[in-house]
Amino acid sequence: MTHQTLSGRAAIVGLGATEFSKNSGRTELRLAMEATLAALKDAGIDPSEVEGFSSYTMDKVPEYEIARLLGCNNVKFFSQIPHGGGAACAPVMHAAMAVATGVAKVVVVFRAMNERSWYRFGTGTYGFGSTPIFENVNYGWYMPHGLHTPAAWVGMFAQRYMHTYGATSEDFGRVAVAVRDFAATNPAAFFYGKPITLADHQASRWIAEPLHLLDCCQESDGAVAMVITSAERARDLRQKPVIIKAGAQGISGGQQSMTSFYREDITGLPEMGVVAKELYAQSGLGPDAFQTAVIYDHFTPFVLPQLEEFGFAKRGEAKDFIRAGHHARGGKLPINTHGGQLGEAYIHGMNGVAEAVRQVRGTAANQVADVENVLVTAGTGVPTSGLILGTA
Amino acid sequence: MAEQDWMSEVRAMVGREYGRVCAWDEVNAPMIRQWCEMMGVDNPLYTDAAYAASTEYGAIVSPPAMLQAWCLEGLHPNNYPPGSTTENPYEVLRLLESHGFKSVVAVNSDLSFERYVKVGERLYYTTRLDAVGEEKTTALGTGFFVTLIMSFFSEKPTGDEKVGELLFRVFKFRPANVQAAEAPKVEMVQKIKRPKPGVSDDTRFFWDGVAAGKLLIQRCKSCGTLRHPPGPVCVKCHSFEWDTVEASGAGSIHSFVVMHYPEVPPFDHPNPVGLIELDEGVRLVAGLVGAKRNEIAIGQRVQVEFQSFDDGELTLPLFRPVAP
Repeated sequence: MTHQTLSGRAAIVGLGATEFSKNSGRTELRLAMEATLAALKDAGIDPSEVEGFSSYTMDKVPEYEIARLLGCNNVKFFSQIPHGGGAACAPVMHAAMAVATGVAKVVVVFRAMNERSWYRFGTGTYGFGSTPIFENVNYGWYMPHGLHTPAAWVGMFAQRYMHTYGATSEDFGRVAVAVRDFAATNPAAFFYGKPITLADHQASRWIAEPLHLLDCCQESDGAVAMVITSAERARDLRQKPVIIKAGAQGISGGQQSMTSFYREDITGLPEMGVVAKELYAQSGLGPDAFQTAVIYDHFTPFVLPQLEEFGFAKRGEAKDFIRAGHHARGGKLPINTHGGQLGEAYIHGMNGVAEAVRQVRGTAANQVADVENVLVTAGTGVPTSGLILGTA
Repeated sequence: MAEQDWMSEVRAMVGREYGRVCAWDEVNAPMIRQWCEMMGVDNPLYTDAAYAASTEYGAIVSPPAMLQAWCLEGLHPNNYPPGSTTENPYEVLRLLESHGFKSVVAVNSDLSFERYVKVGERLYYTTRLDAVGEEKTTALGTGFFVTLIMSFFSEKPTGDEKVGELLFRVFKFRPANVQAAEAPKVEMVQKIKRPKPGVSDDTRFFWDGVAAGKLLIQRCKSCGTLRHPPGPVCVKCHSFEWDTVEASGAGSIHSFVVMHYPEVPPFDHPNPVGLIELDEGVRLVAGLVGAKRNEIAIGQRVQVEFQSFDDGELTLPLFRPVAP
């Protein structure tokens, strides 16, 4: 067998989304169908052509129901990616692999959730039980002590990061201020027209020290879907092709889900380092190749080590990158130009992939000039994933 | 949690016997008279000593329907006489509540009697969880019929004698709509407990150790590597053979958070939680106690102590700041 590469083989050719809200007022299945049909229409591909699906294990909408409602008769590939937002980029990667290998010609990826109106991830009241399955045992180290929210788990890393590198709460605040600035000029963002100041950030109440309220992303209802097919076919479709130049997932030493507290050094994100190395190897690109990036921002502190893992800043120096405003509007690497999950919506990162698609197409609300390549990352603190999308 | 997991816990309770609930007073004429006044009962057998003496009973007897009254707790809830069980015969209702079946309505209260009870006898009862039905949907909502049987006995030197029985059945349900939730219900106050850890064969030694006041660390028998959280195999040499060593309990704060929101009971807020690096070299997560805010800091020396929660159901290792 000859050497094969994933890079450049598949493209995102259709994009669909619902509005983002705090209460969609309709079922997750309906949201998924609205986004999926919009994405297929955007691509100009008939629903009957869909041969594959990929989503998150946490998505409650089964692909077979979407297939049934689309009228698909020939579905040959379906996958679900675990670990919450860590999945965000991986469905696109799986779809690209299915397309590149010829297993499925057209694949739909989707994420639909009424996370805000039907259930919330941050309530601290998870129903872990007493049966000795791994998850119950694992979270048994934290729940009895009341360390029971994603913000708290992230806070444990953030505190040590601040201590080690001299980053401050203001540095986390600068991330929030910059993405809320983008949200303020994105009509699709929940916080459209509502920028914040660093003083607002500092004055916002504690959630889990060292995290303020404005370090934490919002919770949202909504859905995003995309259509992936071969780069060859993409040339003949109605939208400008968004080429999948690299896709990777990552687990590294001492990996846990949100609680990798037992590594020698807990100030980095080595699983994102695995993703970075693989994305650069597949694409032949490096940190200088990007005009903009979507850096997963469920909580601001983890934006900093991500910038370091991808080589935008040296270890411990992301704070300087941020103090210089390189991440903000007009900076050398504006990040989360849709407003991020802090400002646009929390659709488990799939809305970030959508923003990267728009930036490559040239249709973003806060369009960056001359975009050739966009980096997208997925949820941090968990087994994760990443993508490089770009022009043909 | 899959439904069958907790339902099998419910099913396992059926048939359970709960210890005796005693009476504050022996069967006595004043209480009988007051009960008859309140209930509008004017049968002289219960209140007129002279009349009662002329009957086949020879003395005042207690109205059969009063059977349950002799062993009630009185004005204050759960104020049972000495010698009464501390077990909760209604624990199955609490378990159903915790899975969303929060409403309750009494559907049967059937008394049956062996004989009349006379003044001077002392009663008690025991309870058996008789049945939990299959899930049913009624106009009120979806839930379970739960049947308890209380057996009443009279204390006798020659052996206690059964005098009657109460079959008590409730429907414990998830209301069909909000109006139904406001249907007649018995208030069940549930004390919210700390979440308990899932415990497996790989980790049981740790929790057993904590319950005995020891902080145990897993140690590879082959290469001596210490590890926490515990696991079935050594990450260094992949040996499945392990034993434990008792930690000194001394360590320092490697990192920490102070929990403020959401305020989830039963935790106090703010709630400081540390990532503790033990002097033996492994880390664990634990609550911080007795710490002033300036002592909640990376590098602060701490010492383990053990605290029991929820009437001894859970023991946790917690850490208190100490001088360097």
